[in-house]
Amino acid sequence: MPQDIIASFEVLRLGILDDNGNIDETLMPSLSDLEIGRMYEAMVLARTFDERAVALQREGRLGTYPQISGQEAAQVGSAFAIAATDWIFPSFREMGVQLTLGYPAAQLLQYWTGDERGQLGPQRLNIFPLCVAVGSQIPQAVGAALAARYRRDPIAVVAYFGDGATSKGDFHEAFNMAGVFRLPVVFICQNNQWAISVPLKNQTASASLAQKAIGYGFPGIQVDGNDVFAVYSAARQALDKARSGAGPTFIECLTYRMADHTTADDAGRYRSPEEVNLWRTRDPIVRLQRFLTARGLWSEQSGKEVKARAIGIIDAAVQEMEAIAPPAAAELFTGTRKTLSPRQAEQRKGR
Amino acid sequence: MAQLNMVQAINQALGEEMERDDRVVLLGEDVGRDGGVFRVTEGLQERFGAERVLDTPLSESAIMGAAIGMAAYGLRPVAEIQFLGFIYSAFEQLAAHAARLRSRSRGRYSCPLVVRTPYGAGIKAPELHEESAESIFCQIPGLKVVVPSGPYSAKGLLLASLRDPDPVLFLEPTRLYRLLREEVPEGEYLLELGRAKVARAGKAVTVIAWGSMLERVLKSVAAYDAEVIDLLTLNPFDVEAVLTSVKKTGRAVIVHEAAKTCGLGAEIAATIAEEAMLYLRAPVLRVTAPDAPVPLAKLMDYYLPSTQQIQAAVAEVLKY
Ligand SMILES: Cc1ncc(C[n+]2csc(CCOP(=O)(O)OP(=O)(O)O)c2C)c(N)n1
Ligand SMILES: [Mg+2]
Repeated sequence: MPQDIIASFEVLRLGILDDNGNIDETLMPSLSDLEIGRMYEAMVLARTFDERAVALQREGRLGTYPQISGQEAAQVGSAFAIAATDWIFPSFREMGVQLTLGYPAAQLLQYWTGDERGQLGPQRLNIFPLCVAVGSQIPQAVGAALAARYRRDPIAVVAYFGDGATSKGDFHEAFNMAGVFRLPVVFICQNNQWAISVPLKNQTASASLAQKAIGYGFPGIQVDGNDVFAVYSAARQALDKARSGAGPTFIECLTYRMADHTTADDAGRYRSPEEVNLWRTRDPIVRLQRFLTARGLWSEQSGKEVKARAIGIIDAAVQEMEAIAPPAAAELFTGTRKTLSPRQAEQRKGR
Repeated sequence: MAQLNMVQAINQALGEEMERDDRVVLLGEDVGRDGGVFRVTEGLQERFGAERVLDTPLSESAIMGAAIGMAAYGLRPVAEIQFLGFIYSAFEQLAAHAARLRSRSRGRYSCPLVVRTPYGAGIKAPELHEESAESIFCQIPGLKVVVPSGPYSAKGLLLASLRDPDPVLFLEPTRLYRLLREEVPEGEYLLELGRAKVARAGKAVTVIAWGSMLERVLKSVAAYDAEVIDLLTLNPFDVEAVLTSVKKTGRAVIVHEAAKTCGLGAEIAATIAEEAMLYLRAPVLRVTAPDAPVPLAKLMDYYLPSTQQIQAAVAEVLKY
């Protein structure tokens, strides 16, 4: 035949929990009430951290800070599927992931005051330093996956990034290599629909981000990123698949950046209040509350208690962070090299 | 004449040149609708349309590579890299292509491209937003590297860069964006690339600086008989201006905010040693950042050359 279709594909979209808090029982992952309660607490903690960080920034007690509000389901849902032995390569807007995995809130705050000692995470966590250069962490995750397989370690590697990162060469090169080597890596994109002032439609002409994986020979799925159950379910499956040696998966979490890009940005310059308000009605935390209420697992009172506990944790973290003595000049050289050059050693002594 | 800050001066230069020459097209991340994260391109998309002020996807390599194609085709692209620290993925396009196109095509194609990027430290921004890696780019023979030190020089140098037949990396010191105001004439004036300026006349010592360090040097040497040279173009730098001054004073101090080892100070000091050794009365000193990565806010005061360090170096060479 001179002309034939040689490839066609479908891209799945997964949603389990709707705006009203109803779930599709057939798709619901197995989660106990206790586990769902912990997810809810983690989302509230992430939101509370965010609110406090912004307040501290406004008071001059924190540097420029990138808000996560609106992305709690994508971050907490995926983090819940991650095992302690997995490796994580975050971008800079992953505070909900870090907190859920047990990264100390005080250290995260410390980092955002402009103190790089906050990047020294606890030994027990395999979380790479957060990455500011958009997309550049993605190939590194592929390399860690290559090494894990070389060592026959049954772990998965997770790379987090935003919609803007999908325009970087690093994204495409990493995807290609992960596909060629069928690596145990899960790519999680939080498509919050904005990259600073650039809306998704100016970032890509593609109908979804998920389908970009198809071109590299592995599946991509779009999930409702404000649905913690859908995110968890997709991440769980992708991670199990990766650990079992069946190759990479790309998960696009369709969500929304409810706040400015960072505390240094004014999103009012480039997007409409109507759009923001629409997405506020889809707040992932409120959505989960509706589900919990229908199940008899949430009330005004229990909600207040969860919030109070979160505030308590963050209060303590702020106190701890502010008690840390500022770094000494010699800190400039920490980790510059395992052994400083003679000139660096001189400079460190106080030039 | 209006008192403008550097953001306004650069904005004015871009606007006037776009008015004059329809080949000038701006492209970069957030340069259009948002007017740039520092508002340097504010209002230009409204004035000239989305075809001339392009909000690109988040793709530094494609921004640089596309700008090369546009330039070779006959346009005058101005590519913005949002911060110097994000230029690295575009380095191949810049170093292997933009700076070599004329040479590789033996003159058939050229690349009249201006790459504008905020640079330098002292604004309490996140990691990679305060880099000063200028010397990396000064090692590329086909590229010019320009650093203004205030609103007046920013406009005149940018206009000259926009008229230049070859690629120019135009580094905008972020600390100065809103720090200084100067008289900036409306309309055209060009400051020739490759020409330094004597920012302050003096007889006892020559202090060479550029960008945001110039402001600090001028404050620091008020009590000394120091001649201060504002380099303005880093490659090709104004050897003649440096040597003329050093031959007169017999002493030289070079101040830059980039790390010491292989910083541009080394090139300047070597040139002085080669060409003016016999005029020197003291060793040539450098006041620079240490050989450490550019830190975040809490360590920044230990990183950037301080007034005390500049004064100590000047006092030191004056002992001879
Ligand atoms: C390589 C690179 N270019 C530019 C920037 C400046 N910048 C920081 S965040 C951002 C937008 C990122 O958008 P996206 O990937 O969607 O992530 P989001 O901020 O929405 O979480 C830009 C352009 C950067 N940090 N890194
Ligand atoms: Mg985004």
